[in-house]
Amino acid sequence: MSDKKGKPVPLANEGLPPGERGLFCDAPPREYAPAAKIVEDFWNWARSQSLWILGFGTGCGAIELRPLMTSRYDMYRFGIQPRPTPRQSSVFVIGGYASVKTLKRIVRSYEQMMGPKFVVALGSCTINGGMYWDSYNTIKRIDQYIPVDVYIAGCMPRPEALLAGFQELKRIIRAGKAEGQNLYARDFERYKANQKRVIKDWNMPDYNW
Amino acid sequence: MRELADMLSGRYGAREWHDQRKDLSSVTVDASKLRDVLTWLRDEAGYAHLAFATAVDEIERKVFRLTYTVHNYGTAHGILVHCEIDRDRPVMESIHRLWGQAWTYQREMREWYGIDFPGSPRVDEEFVLEGWEGPPMMRRDFDSLAYSDATYAERPGRETRDPAAYMKEKLYPEADA
Amino acid sequence: METGILVRVGYALVSLFVITNYGLLLIGSMARISAKVQGRVGQPVWQPYIDIVKSTAKRNSIGHGVMFYLGPVFRLAGGVGTYMFIPAVYGSVLFRNFSDSGDLLLVMYFIFFGQLGMALGASEGGHPYSAIGVSRGLAQMTAFEVPFALSVIAVAIQYRTLDITAIVAAQQGGFWNWTVATNPLAVAAALIAFLGMSMHNPFSIVIAPQEIPIGPPTEYQSNLLGMLQTNRAIFNGAKLVLYMNLYFGGATDVVTMVVKTFLIYFINVFVGQAFPRFRVDQSIRFFLGVPTLIGIASVIIAAI
Repeated sequence: MSDKKGKPVPLANEGLPPGERGLFCDAPPREYAPAAKIVEDFWNWARSQSLWILGFGTGCGAIELRPLMTSRYDMYRFGIQPRPTPRQSSVFVIGGYASVKTLKRIVRSYEQMMGPKFVVALGSCTINGGMYWDSYNTIKRIDQYIPVDVYIAGCMPRPEALLAGFQELKRIIRAGKAEGQNLYARDFERYKANQKRVIKDWNMPDYNW
Repeated sequence: MRELADMLSGRYGAREWHDQRKDLSSVTVDASKLRDVLTWLRDEAGYAHLAFATAVDEIERKVFRLTYTVHNYGTAHGILVHCEIDRDRPVMESIHRLWGQAWTYQREMREWYGIDFPGSPRVDEEFVLEGWEGPPMMRRDFDSLAYSDATYAERPGRETRDPAAYMKEKLYPEADA
Repeated sequence: METGILVRVGYALVSLFVITNYGLLLIGSMARISAKVQGRVGQPVWQPYIDIVKSTAKRNSIGHGVMFYLGPVFRLAGGVGTYMFIPAVYGSVLFRNFSDSGDLLLVMYFIFFGQLGMALGASEGGHPYSAIGVSRGLAQMTAFEVPFALSVIAVAIQYRTLDITAIVAAQQGGFWNWTVATNPLAVAAALIAFLGMSMHNPFSIVIAPQEIPIGPPTEYQSNLLGMLQTNRAIFNGAKLVLYMNLYFGGATDVVTMVVKTFLIYFINVFVGQAFPRFRVDQSIRFFLGVPTLIGIASVIIAAI
């Protein structure tokens, strides 16, 4: 727990028209302490057995998510399901390269997810830029902007690699190490500064719940 | 096709007629005549569809080459109409009154190459980029790598190899010997 | 045999607990069976439990005002209310719930009640897709309510009562006394309406839980979603018990109840695995067509 928790800094919400500021959150996210050990272990088990993916394909890698639903790979047997809305989903799969334009949507969707939330970064582009290392519009490291739990390298990774990545994510969750939500709250200012450095026209609220 | 080429060169001074394929030809006209040529092609010669419009940065010759693709559904034949404008003064006549969809292409060229089309609707709005502050990024003097290095954080430890040399070293090490 | 009100409440809670677990297992096992039909392994049978635990274990939750919170409450009240006024097992003290206090009309009202409450709550969420989802849901609901209501009218005419216990009592004494044997047209109309009520394929576009980002629960998350998931189980159980009581002779013990309701629910899987989805406008036209005619025919037959 950081000492920032006690004194929340009001958010600027700079990019918004004055009339809209009241519609959005004006307090930064806060950290949530885990429950008692045995309860948290049980909850973590439940969280790991019920991974709901946000159905938002952010890049070419999203095409590898589709086969997971089919009879051949069948992610349902691992408790993995796609959900259409960030409110209900707990896993955000970053599907490959993220352009600045997409990053805006990624940040907004990520912030709207209810914690604990997990991020699986898929493909080499999310790790170090991959083949888009010299592109004018593609960020190179997704972990500069949102916390990432699991990386799956490859261009593209096969669906089997995705399933292996989800198993790894489950292991991390069960070990209680998937605290991306708290990391984001703790380093909120750094993440926001990074986001605002690349998103030049910041016309959205600073935090969406 | 020959008579169409003669007609265009006779009326508008078109040059460099070239049949690329059976169904595709290209021709170059002066930028000041472009609108007349397209109007004539559309209204008289049956090339009623503007399929595409884009620009090419010919930095060595200090010009932008603009290409308008028109198509004749009656004869299934297309023409690429080229014209060149000065790279230092990139302004071109808008053709959005000839084809309604042209303003989208013009907005794209405005954003990507910095070519202005006065009078074209919404030409100054952003097209695919949001909040872009650098120079038009499809110009060839824009250094994408330098911009990327300056703007986006990099993960240390990335190595870049020449694919041909690396494959040779890994797969056929005996080839050098 | 008059029992005290507290004892009856206790019995009702036990009965509710049983139907909740039964409903959850039913949803889980049907998903598993559907997976087998599609050649998959499928999710574990207890997956609905894990989902509810996970939803409840979410650390934060957001609200959009009082009505937003009341949406799931109304929905749950609709589910519980539906179940509470149906005798789950005929002749059982434990599972008779409060069936002597309400009749068929009250139950039908409760079936609608949850969806209406949900509509108010989801609209309060401010998400435009919620409103679209609600309007689709209510439109389809209004459509399948027509054959269902006609079928219920036919049953009421046939047995000269609206009391569910009396309807069950009239069907005792073998298969040939069941409504499915005495008035098959009414049962046909009601079963077609049942497909729509369960929102399985081909009428699943209303919830479309995974593919398209719309539907009433779009904005609901965390424990509110957990509540909706629990209600889904209760409501499923309540509907199945109602159908069993009205059309399939009721049940005199728990095993019969489980077997009959499982088989009724299985109709969904049979139809759902064989047919693709209807759009909402198609499903409305469908319900107001042949099923409604069957319903009218059943009423006429029962009346003459």
